[in-house]
Amino acid sequence: MPHPPQEITSSSLPTLLLLLPLFSALVILLAHRVLKGACVAISIFSAAICFVISLMLLGTKDAAPLLLPFIEVGKFHIAIDAVMDHQSRGMMFIVTSIGFFVHLFSVGYMKEDESKERFFGSLSLFMFSMTGIVLSGNLFMMFIFWELVGLSSYLLIGHWFEKPSAAEASKKAFLTNRIGDFGFMIGILMLFMANHGDVSFAGLHASFAEGPLHDSAKLHPTFMMLAALGIFMGAVGKSAQFPLHVWLPDAMEGPTPVSALIHAATMVAAGVYMLVRCAFVIEASPDASYIIAWIGGLTALMAALIATQQNDIKRVLAYSTLSQLGYMVMAVGLVALQAGGSHHDAAAPGHPAMFHLYTHAFFKAMLFLGSGAVIYACHHEQDIWKMGGLAKHMPVVFITFAIGTASLMGVPYITSGFWSKEAILGVAFEVKGGSPLLWIGVATAMLTAFYMTRMFIVAFFGKPRSENASHAVEAPIIMILPLALLALLTILSPWDGAARILEAMKPHHAAPHHTVEIASILALLIGSGAGYVIYKGKNSDPLASNPLAKLFANKFYFDELYTVLVKVFQDGLAWIITGIERILVDGIVARLPAFVARRFGHSARALAGGHLQGYTFLLGAGLLVVIYLIVFVLPQAGH
Amino acid sequence: MSPLEIVILLPLVAALAIWLGAPARLTSVGTAFLNLLLVLGLAWNFKSASAGKAGFAYESARIVLDNPAISFAVGADGLAIILALLTALVALAAVWQINPDKPGIYHIASHLIAGGAFGAFLSTDVFFLYAFHELALIPTLIMIANHGHGDDEYRKSVAWKTTVYLGVGSLILLAGLAWLVLEFSSGGKLTFDLMALKAQAAATPLPKGTQSTIAFILLIGFGTLVSLFPLHSWAAPAYATAPTPVAMLHSGVLKKFGLYGLIRIVLPLLPEGFYCPCVQNALLFMLLGNILIMGFVTIHQKRLDDVLANSSVMHMGYIFLGLSAGTETALRGAVLLMFAHGISIALLFGLAGRMRNQIGTLELNKLGGLGAHAPVFTVLFAFGAFASIGLPGLANFAGEVMIFLGSFTNFGSTSFGPLQWAVVGALWGVVMSAVYMLRAYRSIFQGTAMAGHFVTDPSWSQRVPFVLLAAVLLVAGCCPWILLGLFKTDLATLTDAASTAVQSATKAVSH
Repeated sequence: MPHPPQEITSSSLPTLLLLLPLFSALVILLAHRVLKGACVAISIFSAAICFVISLMLLGTKDAAPLLLPFIEVGKFHIAIDAVMDHQSRGMMFIVTSIGFFVHLFSVGYMKEDESKERFFGSLSLFMFSMTGIVLSGNLFMMFIFWELVGLSSYLLIGHWFEKPSAAEASKKAFLTNRIGDFGFMIGILMLFMANHGDVSFAGLHASFAEGPLHDSAKLHPTFMMLAALGIFMGAVGKSAQFPLHVWLPDAMEGPTPVSALIHAATMVAAGVYMLVRCAFVIEASPDASYIIAWIGGLTALMAALIATQQNDIKRVLAYSTLSQLGYMVMAVGLVALQAGGSHHDAAAPGHPAMFHLYTHAFFKAMLFLGSGAVIYACHHEQDIWKMGGLAKHMPVVFITFAIGTASLMGVPYITSGFWSKEAILGVAFEVKGGSPLLWIGVATAMLTAFYMTRMFIVAFFGKPRSENASHAVEAPIIMILPLALLALLTILSPWDGAARILEAMKPHHAAPHHTVEIASILALLIGSGAGYVIYKGKNSDPLASNPLAKLFANKFYFDELYTVLVKVFQDGLAWIITGIERILVDGIVARLPAFVARRFGHSARALAGGHLQGYTFLLGAGLLVVIYLIVFVLPQAGH
Repeated sequence: MSPLEIVILLPLVAALAIWLGAPARLTSVGTAFLNLLLVLGLAWNFKSASAGKAGFAYESARIVLDNPAISFAVGADGLAIILALLTALVALAAVWQINPDKPGIYHIASHLIAGGAFGAFLSTDVFFLYAFHELALIPTLIMIANHGHGDDEYRKSVAWKTTVYLGVGSLILLAGLAWLVLEFSSGGKLTFDLMALKAQAAATPLPKGTQSTIAFILLIGFGTLVSLFPLHSWAAPAYATAPTPVAMLHSGVLKKFGLYGLIRIVLPLLPEGFYCPCVQNALLFMLLGNILIMGFVTIHQKRLDDVLANSSVMHMGYIFLGLSAGTETALRGAVLLMFAHGISIALLFGLAGRMRNQIGTLELNKLGGLGAHAPVFTVLFAFGAFASIGLPGLANFAGEVMIFLGSFTNFGSTSFGPLQWAVVGALWGVVMSAVYMLRAYRSIFQGTAMAGHFVTDPSWSQRVPFVLLAAVLLVAGCCPWILLGLFKTDLATLTDAASTAVQSATKAVSH
């Protein structure tokens, strides 16, 4: 009997969704010399099909299909098994829609690039790995694709690998993420140990609800805290939270469409997605929840402060991304605290972090693509102080950028960013002890309004401050189209109609907190007002000479600090250990037997005439003699 | 005649034929290819050949002596067949990539090493298992001395150091094996037959104290051959100096003999000895030395061959960790990693050899930007490099993750003991391997090209050996179940013994 149609959809569509981009990447890897320009078409085609599939999946029932076997030893197994639920369907929509738009945009942006085959191949590899993360039904599968997005991010940041800064940035991104993955793996192993070998999300969820891990918070608070923080460390790396945030701004060395897709909308948000998937693990440890909320809050504030003094249009957006990711991580911690106190299920649909992830993905991708269009028009000029007056030259880009900016700043009641930010601040307001984080959130909102106003005014208004900016023209249609589509999604995203399809993203309609609303509207007014007053009509940054501004402009000197730490604790230690190894191990363990053997060999030298072949043959022969003695002579001696 | 005997003899016959004047390259590549097909066929047929048998498939035994009982006995279980596959793959790649202008001795030595490795992995008689390894060792050392890189004096000194090291290691090993065989003698009858020894060990295990002493001696003996810290210092200079096919075959295949010996001989015959706390604690310290100390040493290296050679020493620590845990998952992971490491390091040494031939130097600060000049070469190198740092999707990851899992939760442990801390240390090693590999990759392939220091993409025929190895890494990495499916109960029985030993040890501690 043939399978009922529902079952076919539940396993064959996700399999296709996962494998199609991999197939595209492999074809491009193996045949790019033959296919040449067709590679672009293959990659776009696979992205388009994936988008269609994820639309088809939006209405389907929850399922947990097995996609591929991986490792199986007795009771123990790791499989590639998907979970199709509200969360993965919603995230899949975000990934494939933005992925598809970015593919389109790249056709224009990368038109003159000599190795665009490699670029599109890597994009397909990224789509494959990201799909894997979203579909993951267990922590091991999550880890596998976690590392694979790291690889595709490495390849794409280093797309222009002949440029030393791009090469360094790609290496830095991979290594920083590896540090996060170190903790992630420990966390997974601890959960694997505690839950008797089951790290599927369903299995973990069940044992936290009622099972061996139910009262884990009372039994092993330290163990559970370390497990939760280990898992969190994975997110600290991937979502670039303090103290591993340093790789993300450097990742802007990659082509701008990559920054939009990977380093703003999807991959960096994977950390948040994973944390929401594991919400019940975090919830079980209030201490871990508290630490997570604070790391998120501090990252949000720190990155917003840095963003106020960046002059590279992409760096401003990169720090803004850091800051917004900080918001999301803070929400994860706060919701876990709230749920832990009230036995409410933190993994339920409508998590404020997921809502902000969803709105942020669209407007930030649009802002990045907009910045890409600007950079393209200005002949790869990225300094906002060398732009100016672009509003007249590029009206469509200007309008979409304005929509994105308004959403990011959280213009009240009409923008998506406002609603999702309110949801997070609302939780901070409700949670006991959350008020310092509420104020950090409001301060971050104010700073966001400030730096976005600054960038917007400086880049789009006033007079062109360079030759390139004065000759800027509107971007071609293939770049305009994705921008317009993203603008549409940005506008639609907070409304019930759109959010109902994406159940996971639907915000809680709890009673609005007027205090919070008033605070964030005031923050917006003060921030953008100050930005307007300070930067209107300026040709250079009037704050640049301020010592505090210098601290922000230099990113609190984290890069310098880490360079020293790496020099001392890695290269210095490597130097010392190598020295000790040479002296002790090589000197004593190696020289001593060598010395003895040489003494012994001295008498043999006459025999062998100093030839090494002689020695080795002698050694071989000697061994045979010894074998002979042991085998034949010893047993006889026993008689 | 067992097909396994053909597998062992074919390379030896090829070596002889080339020595007698047969066309070197044709004979060599042809034989290696045939042998790979043969081994693939045996692996393919392995399930049905071993169906209904408790231990080995394709066995045969030719009695050489009655007392002591020595026979040229062969047989294959999952462990042996996986290592035979590894040997056949690396041997083909190693002889294929030999430059046509090299003398026939390169092919002869490669086949002797391969034949010795096949013999060691497929023998079920301790005497031949040992003797075949010695056979493979001799051409390795001679090739380092006579055809290695560097000036005459340097390579002779490296070869001498390696000879002394491996010779002393082999002697310790021999002493341990002799003691073991003598302990198991009954009524004046000595046997080297592994099956008979196993049966005796199961029926009347040796006293615990004897077990742990012999296990320790064998650990030192086998450990020296696998470059277990601190007995490793021969390995890095030897690989950096050895001619390319020899470096590929020794680091990829022959070095695994020590690990193979531990799994094949020590674990089943001396479980209580190997898993007694004193041997285990010593082993944990040594393997962490491999991973952490050698990790730092590798980071410090400034030449690609030194980076690869030291990384190869470092990665042995993970396999030892799998043995130390002794669970089924960890042991299978260890075997998978033996295979994966062999393929990936052979690929990397092969490519590094090509680079040395063309550029003349492997110093990292004299190289750069090769990615733009030789994209195919770069992709192939990336496969090896990312496999060796444990990227999921390539073979090494599957082995490593199984080792970590199997060690972390050994026999249902739910708290942090020495093994769990060792896993944490080993995980930090994964970060360190990424540091040195990506640094090397960065300075060789990325950045600005250095004038005059270029490598060309291999031609289609030159690509074959490297593409073969890269493809194996990818297939084994995406579908590790293919290789894991070759295991039957062979490792499970080992783990039963290990589990009993571990439990009795923990009981002894808690009392």
